[in-house]
Amino acid sequence: MRSIKKDFFGNQVLTDINFTLGAGQVLGLCGENGAGKSTLMKILFGMDVIRETGGYEGDILLNGERAVFNTPFDALEAGIGMVHQEFSLIPGFTATENILLNREPQKKNVISEVFGSRLNTLDYKEMDRLSAQAIQKMGVEIDAKMLISSMPVGHKQFTEIARELSKDQMKLLILDEPTAVLTEREAEALLESIRSMAARGISVIFITHRLREILAVCDQVVVMRDGKVVRDIPAGETSVEDITRWMVGRDMQAAAAPAPEAAKAENTNAKTVMSIRNLWVDMPGETVRNVSLDIQEGEILGIGGLAGQGKLGIPNGVMGLYEAGGTVEFEGQAIALNSPRKCLDSSLAFVSEDRRGVGLLLDESLEWNVAFSAMQIQNKFLKPLLGGLVKWRDEKAIHAVTQKYIDQLQIKCTSSKQKARELSGGNQQKICLAKAFALEPKFLFVSEPTRGIDVGAKALVLEALRKFNRESGVTVVVISSELEELRQTCDRVAIISGGQVAGILPAAASSEEFGLLMVSKVI
Amino acid sequence: MKLKKNFDAVEFLKNNLVPIMFIVICAFCIPLSGLSPSYLLNEIVTRMGRNIFLILSLLIPIMAGMGLNFGMTLGAMAGQIALIFVTDWQIWGIPGVVLAMILSVPFSVLLGLLCGKLMNMAKGREMILGYMMNYFVTGLYQMVVLYFMGSIIPIKHAAIRLPRGFGIRTTVGLANLRQCLDNQFAITIQGVKIPVLSFIIIAVLCVFIIWFRRTKLGQDMRAVGQDMEVAQAAGINVDRTRIIAIIISTVFAGFGMIIYLQNIGNFPTYTAHSQIGMFCIAALLVGGASVEKANISNVFLGVILFHTLFIVAPRAGAAITGNAMIGEYFRVFVSYGVITLALIMYEVKKRRARSQGGQLLAQAQKEGGVQA
Repeated sequence: MRSIKKDFFGNQVLTDINFTLGAGQVLGLCGENGAGKSTLMKILFGMDVIRETGGYEGDILLNGERAVFNTPFDALEAGIGMVHQEFSLIPGFTATENILLNREPQKKNVISEVFGSRLNTLDYKEMDRLSAQAIQKMGVEIDAKMLISSMPVGHKQFTEIARELSKDQMKLLILDEPTAVLTEREAEALLESIRSMAARGISVIFITHRLREILAVCDQVVVMRDGKVVRDIPAGETSVEDITRWMVGRDMQAAAAPAPEAAKAENTNAKTVMSIRNLWVDMPGETVRNVSLDIQEGEILGIGGLAGQGKLGIPNGVMGLYEAGGTVEFEGQAIALNSPRKCLDSSLAFVSEDRRGVGLLLDESLEWNVAFSAMQIQNKFLKPLLGGLVKWRDEKAIHAVTQKYIDQLQIKCTSSKQKARELSGGNQQKICLAKAFALEPKFLFVSEPTRGIDVGAKALVLEALRKFNRESGVTVVVISSELEELRQTCDRVAIISGGQVAGILPAAASSEEFGLLMVSKVI
Repeated sequence: MKLKKNFDAVEFLKNNLVPIMFIVICAFCIPLSGLSPSYLLNEIVTRMGRNIFLILSLLIPIMAGMGLNFGMTLGAMAGQIALIFVTDWQIWGIPGVVLAMILSVPFSVLLGLLCGKLMNMAKGREMILGYMMNYFVTGLYQMVVLYFMGSIIPIKHAAIRLPRGFGIRTTVGLANLRQCLDNQFAITIQGVKIPVLSFIIIAVLCVFIIWFRRTKLGQDMRAVGQDMEVAQAAGINVDRTRIIAIIISTVFAGFGMIIYLQNIGNFPTYTAHSQIGMFCIAALLVGGASVEKANISNVFLGVILFHTLFIVAPRAGAAITGNAMIGEYFRVFVSYGVITLALIMYEVKKRRARSQGGQLLAQAQKEGGVQA
């Protein structure tokens, strides 16, 4: 494995990445969300996404030869294995069956001679032997006969790794946040098995947010930020603090948030408008484990944290979109969880991160989109007819309010009758905001308001939120992966890590403090 | 997260609601019907020989995650077409049955291929698609049998032709094929006739299904059935595997229909297949199968329970209300009810499994498992 070099243009997700990994070495790859780790690994593994979006530039050199992987199968053939963050296991199969999925040793028989090799019977003895071998290679004990569905999470992870190890030609193993779902002890066992794999000459690329693990097991650390490699040094010469600084990085001076805003935050700590206690939310990929949080009236609270740590689960759980438990009180009254309607009735509003799925009626006009929730929930924009027996839409009022928001938010569209699908991402986001504003809520959750929109639109959306907050006195909670944005917009920023609140800092706190909180409880 | 090992009565009841319900109903109806045990046993054995092969054809698509194959009716139609030809050519007895089976294969494969391709376009909605396919293909079948046979496709014997010269009569008599399989090697034990050859054929199919699970293809089907994306990522050709599953099912359904009809001895040309899928699926579900899990024991239990009810319900109805139609009505009502219940239970179970994740989280919090 020599000199893997890649340039990835197109939308400049990665620029000029260079690193080298020797045989039997462990390389730790870390960086914030969106730093380009995943993209880089997708290139290395030949995932379809890369080819579909126009390929990449630069070369991957494998044992000194240029390698081109058009599909993951090419990469597998060349000896690269990847363990993804999400399990890709068949729940009703045993560990053995999963380890050897589609590579089962077979025995020929009379019928298969006639009808082709797919009717070969499986050689169960050989399967047991091979899986035992792979498990032993990993150096961890798991029950090969156990069904995946009844395994603890850690064992599932080990099964995945064993599957990669059972491939004879395996030379490079990519582990994408393998410890994210493991308990401390399981993680320890995994690290141990990484060491033993390296000792057998298998190179490992280890992606994790748990920096201590990197230092414990890696020979070399590569830190990425904004699509660039910012540091590439031997693990022995660095520390958690250094890596954190490189990860969050940016210019330390620019990190000073607007000071007057911060001052304001302290004035308003009068009244708690929403208090969340022991909240758990079962949102796939964004599990909230135990969140307790007080939100003050009239403030803008930011919720940040690394992807998958549960920050998105909070609004989705409170608003009842995913199954949740715990208590949430709004203005002193408990809010029923798991019931979106009740939340909306008590003047809470939510702008979802899933703009196209939850946020918009894509094939309806902008007017409809803006007015729909208000009509449904608050009987706004409706004219009673026949003494209230029939309610008629008040098209004029709908038109007026839509026009107002189009002007206010500078939504680029041909008319208020245009279909939501035809707008760009940024403008769709503004429509989502307008829809929430039209509800005239007392409390607004905004989830990832700037995801996938350009810089100009970003500024406008954030400005609109701030204005809405200041002018109408509405409490706003912004959930975003972009820390900088939170620090610019919000009064206080809560960092979620491992499904819990790691800490709440004023926006003016330094990047390093935020960085440390982000990785503090990562599990 | 230890799973409870000890016997949980409530859970057992929940999981086996349908078979238990049927056992209770049967236990209630049998004495009411006043039928002699030997008559009842005779009838049940006959119907087992008649129906089991058909029902077994449903197992492989369930294994491949395609749900209950309502499209098995397509195989039944293929079987009927083959039988019409064999009757016309006047090849009788076991050779006739074997020829009909061979003849049905190309039709079944063709229809199965069509069905499988369409199901791949509508993944996740295979059952409703298969159900609608019945109506669509029934139209084709009726067109072929009513207009093409005798005009384009030569039909020699006037006995099965409509008087106008083309098209097949509404009933095709299979007098010379009748029970030729069942009577071969048949033995009678205390007045109960056991169709040995039919049972041997069924046993062979059971062995085939068990063996098939252990083949590469069977393993692939199980993988595809549980998670298509994972299977795809492992390099299994998902679409092709699913098509093969449906083709195998359709071919077996064709064989099953031929066995079924040779037992009965004649068939209504235009409607014989229409209820077959429904009754087979109902029987399988009565045996405790679900949309995603079924095995051979479900088939046997289902046939025995469902057909016991078939036999006793009209008599029991007559005994209670003085009208046999009530029992008949009840039987039909129950079979549709069972299918509906099974489909609902399937969804409920899925939802229950989903909410379990939340319960685990809440529990973890309580136990303080989530620590700083």
